[in-house]
Amino acid sequence: MQVNSTHYLFLSLLLFSIGIMGALMRRNAIIIFMCIELMLNAVNLLLVAFSKIYGDSDAQLFVFFIMVVAAAEVAVGLAIIVMMYRKVHSVDINILNRLKH
Amino acid sequence: MGNFSQLVYLVPLFPLIGFLINGIFWKRMPKNLGGIIGCVAILASFCVSLGIFFEVKNATAPIPPVVLFDFIQSGKLNIPFAFQVDALSSLFLLIITGVGFLIHVYSTSYMHHDEGMVKYFAYLNLFVFSMLLLVLGANYLIMFIGWEGVGLCSYLLIGFWFKNRDYTNAAKKAFVMNRIGDLGFLVGMLLILLNFGTLSFNEFFTQLHGGQAIVSNSTYNWIALCLFIGATGKSAQIPLYTWLPDAMAGPTPVSALIHAATMVTAGIYMIARSGALYSLAPVILHVVAVIGLATAIIAATIAIKQYDIKKVLAYSTVSQLGFMFLALGVGSYTTAVFHVMTHAFFKALLFLGSGSVIHAMGGEQDIRKMGGLGKHMRITQATFLIGCLAISGIPGFAGFFSKDAILADTFAHSPILYYLGIGAAMMTAFYMFRLYFLTFRGSFRGTEEQHHHLHESPAAMTIPLVILAILSVIGGYVGLPEVMSEHNAIASFLSPAVTNFGDHHLAPNTEWTLMAISSASAVIMIFVAYSINRKPNFVPNTGLAKVLENKWYVDEIYDAIVVRPIEALSNLLDKYAERRGIDGLVNGVGKTVRWGGDRLRLLQSGQVGFYIFIMVMGIVVLFGLSFFWIK
Repeated sequence: MQVNSTHYLFLSLLLFSIGIMGALMRRNAIIIFMCIELMLNAVNLLLVAFSKIYGDSDAQLFVFFIMVVAAAEVAVGLAIIVMMYRKVHSVDINILNRLKH
Repeated sequence: MGNFSQLVYLVPLFPLIGFLINGIFWKRMPKNLGGIIGCVAILASFCVSLGIFFEVKNATAPIPPVVLFDFIQSGKLNIPFAFQVDALSSLFLLIITGVGFLIHVYSTSYMHHDEGMVKYFAYLNLFVFSMLLLVLGANYLIMFIGWEGVGLCSYLLIGFWFKNRDYTNAAKKAFVMNRIGDLGFLVGMLLILLNFGTLSFNEFFTQLHGGQAIVSNSTYNWIALCLFIGATGKSAQIPLYTWLPDAMAGPTPVSALIHAATMVTAGIYMIARSGALYSLAPVILHVVAVIGLATAIIAATIAIKQYDIKKVLAYSTVSQLGFMFLALGVGSYTTAVFHVMTHAFFKALLFLGSGSVIHAMGGEQDIRKMGGLGKHMRITQATFLIGCLAISGIPGFAGFFSKDAILADTFAHSPILYYLGIGAAMMTAFYMFRLYFLTFRGSFRGTEEQHHHLHESPAAMTIPLVILAILSVIGGYVGLPEVMSEHNAIASFLSPAVTNFGDHHLAPNTEWTLMAISSASAVIMIFVAYSINRKPNFVPNTGLAKVLENKWYVDEIYDAIVVRPIEALSNLLDKYAERRGIDGLVNGVGKTVRWGGDRLRLLQSGQVGFYIFIMVMGIVVLFGLSFFWIK
């Protein structure tokens, strides 16, 4: 089967949806975090795919930016999760559900 | 003569300064000092007024209005703050400051025990200031400022003893009744402005004399009627007279000031001032005459059956004001002003005399509990008697000349009005001497304690009484009738400022006869009063007498016709329009927002997952929308 650009689009859509569903449904902070990464990478894939389709390399530049930002985010996010674990001995986000009045 | 007319601004300035000093420092000012400041302020304006009076008297040409500054300037409209110096205003200045000064002197003694004495003098000065502004204004607007100021001060002074609910109610009544009239004045003023483009007396009257074709007759009638409505409020004529008897709630010198020298004469002054206008509206003049006569008669009938010494005097004021309006109505404005002057003398005298009586009786005002006071207070009795003789129209006293002049002019105008007027004059003689006999003659009917307390008042009270008594005797000789003297001083003095409407000339024989009739009827009524009240017994009144004692139930009728329906309407509006309508709307908005907030608050659950879900759903919806919309 010939792999063409449409497949890339569907793949990134699939990855993004998995990311959203994971972020919405899971309670484990680390998994949510991973799902967010998944969404970012889905977008990266989409950008690269469009770059290929339109023959324009500008989008690939954005991908590098996103990867840099994602790396920084991971550093901060993981630090938060570690701190959270130290405080409440759990990575279940429902325990932190204290934003209510 | 110096140029006193240019100093005219000093006349109202002195009382204003007195008011400011006493008004600002009334809490810390010693009583005597406050009284002295009040009196000196009025005395100073009296002196300036005298200078102005003589300058006006000797002036050959009319003195132009004294412009102080521009008051309102807008487009073509220009209303300066100007004072009119002419015969009419200078005469009123003398009456107001002269009689006002005597009343001030009297008050220093009468109010000496009152803790608010300095405040009282502040109000009194403000009152005189407003009245001076009223008569000095060279246009209707300045007059209106004084007009409103007088209304305000009457409210303050009638309700001076504000701890008594009845007194404050009387003050409110006076204020509201006056406001009704003021509205008429205001409308009249605006009509003048609309049709003539000016409020200045000189310009307005020049236009009236010049081009009669500018506006239609009905416009003149409307303006004259509106101004007259204003006058009925201030000068206590039917239908707005009921505030004046209630105004007795104030301290007695205030009654003297309101009823004799100042406030109530404002309406007469205004119509006399606008004589040129009224001469063009004969229909309204007729209305003025009829209203005046009706007021004179009705008030006189009520006075016959009153037992409160001040109430009798109050109704006699209303009645005398009715006579003045009768004079205005038959077109002899100078006679009305003449009667204002003599009335100022003898009515101030009577009120101050009654104050002296009340002072001696320790606050008692019911004449049923008096009697035989003459033995204890000779000066008060003698001066009061002179006042009664003057108001009854006994020949030789001031009231005779002015009242006779009014009646003679009325006879020349219409004999029917004359006969009714004679009736009112007879009642005047009757009730005044009823009052005199019940108060000063016979035996004392009060308590033992009051009997011991009886004493003549101090000199500060009796000296003004004596001066006013002298004025009540000689005051009439400035206006001798034609048959007695070639020269009627007051009429010729006023003639540059006031032009009478129609010419009233009676044959000398007729005039003598009229004089004889009115004097004889007054003397007869005095004897009737004497014989009835020699041995007074006070049985409860029945029939007509009861109706009279209750003032024809006018207050009750007004209450039923006007006050209650308005109250009912207000209650209705309060209940439905206010509480349900407006409150419902305002509260409804609040409630809706609150309810909405309550519902929307539920969205803020604090669960981040839920937020993300909403966000995603939002994106999906937007995406879907754009997907279908754009295509």
